[in-house]
Amino acid sequence: MASEIKHLEMTLETIVESVNLAEEMCLRVAEAAGFGEDDCYRIGMSVREGVINAFHYGNQERPEKKIYLAIDLTADKMIIHVLDEGVGFKLIDVPDPLAEENLLSTSGRGIFLMRAFMDEFDVVSGKTGGAEIVMSKKLPTGSASPNGRGGQNARPQKEA
Amino acid sequence: MSLHATHRDAGKVTVVDLSGRIVLGDGSALLRKTIRGLLDDQRKMILLNLADVDYIDSSGIGELVSGFTAVKNQSGDLKLLHLTKKVRDLLQITKLYTVFDVFTDESAALRSFS
Repeated sequence: MASEIKHLEMTLETIVESVNLAEEMCLRVAEAAGFGEDDCYRIGMSVREGVINAFHYGNQERPEKKIYLAIDLTADKMIIHVLDEGVGFKLIDVPDPLAEENLLSTSGRGIFLMRAFMDEFDVVSGKTGGAEIVMSKKLPTGSASPNGRGGQNARPQKEA
Repeated sequence: MSLHATHRDAGKVTVVDLSGRIVLGDGSALLRKTIRGLLDDQRKMILLNLADVDYIDSSGIGELVSGFTAVKNQSGDLKLLHLTKKVRDLLQITKLYTVFDVFTDESAALRSFS
């Protein structure tokens, strides 16, 4: 049934290597779901930025804290959740990196990139009390549904 | 693919040939170390050749900006050469394309330091 939701989740350590791991995992799912090269790049970058945000700003690079990554593949879109164990934040408090006074800032572009590269983007209060980034990308027309042609290695592991 | 960096002198300009990904971790750290090393050696005219850099994340962008500022603060100049499409697009949407001097021809880039 095309409306069936596939769900994959993983718990990541608060280490730099988790950024690459999350990116690779989401790229596999995106490729299997039928996204083209450009969209895979945008999804991979967004996941990187989400996990970097959790690693650096949310968990403050503290190794005892965890990062939770979840992917939902529905009939029409890929939804990605990145949850940290920090204190949370509000989007309205994030400085605009395109403002003249922030152009030469050495940080603060991750949220902007996720917003630019994904179709939907939001930050909500997560069940851990930290920030939960929720972002999605519409599946390309004619792509494989969750029950479709995706490669065995890339298929989400359990159903919601 | 991790980042690799080599540099060569072209008169007063140092050309840094980079290949790989400039991302959080070793990539950003190597770029920082390379630029700071050149500044320590009083090489303040730096041209970053990004022809073989096909991926930069926000950490890498931050490191480019940090390097640019560090060089400018020492009355030097840091310019970019041969951007790949993805890197160019990234600098355009972040409005940094207008901050950096960007070149598609190395000879023209070297002349611009005069």
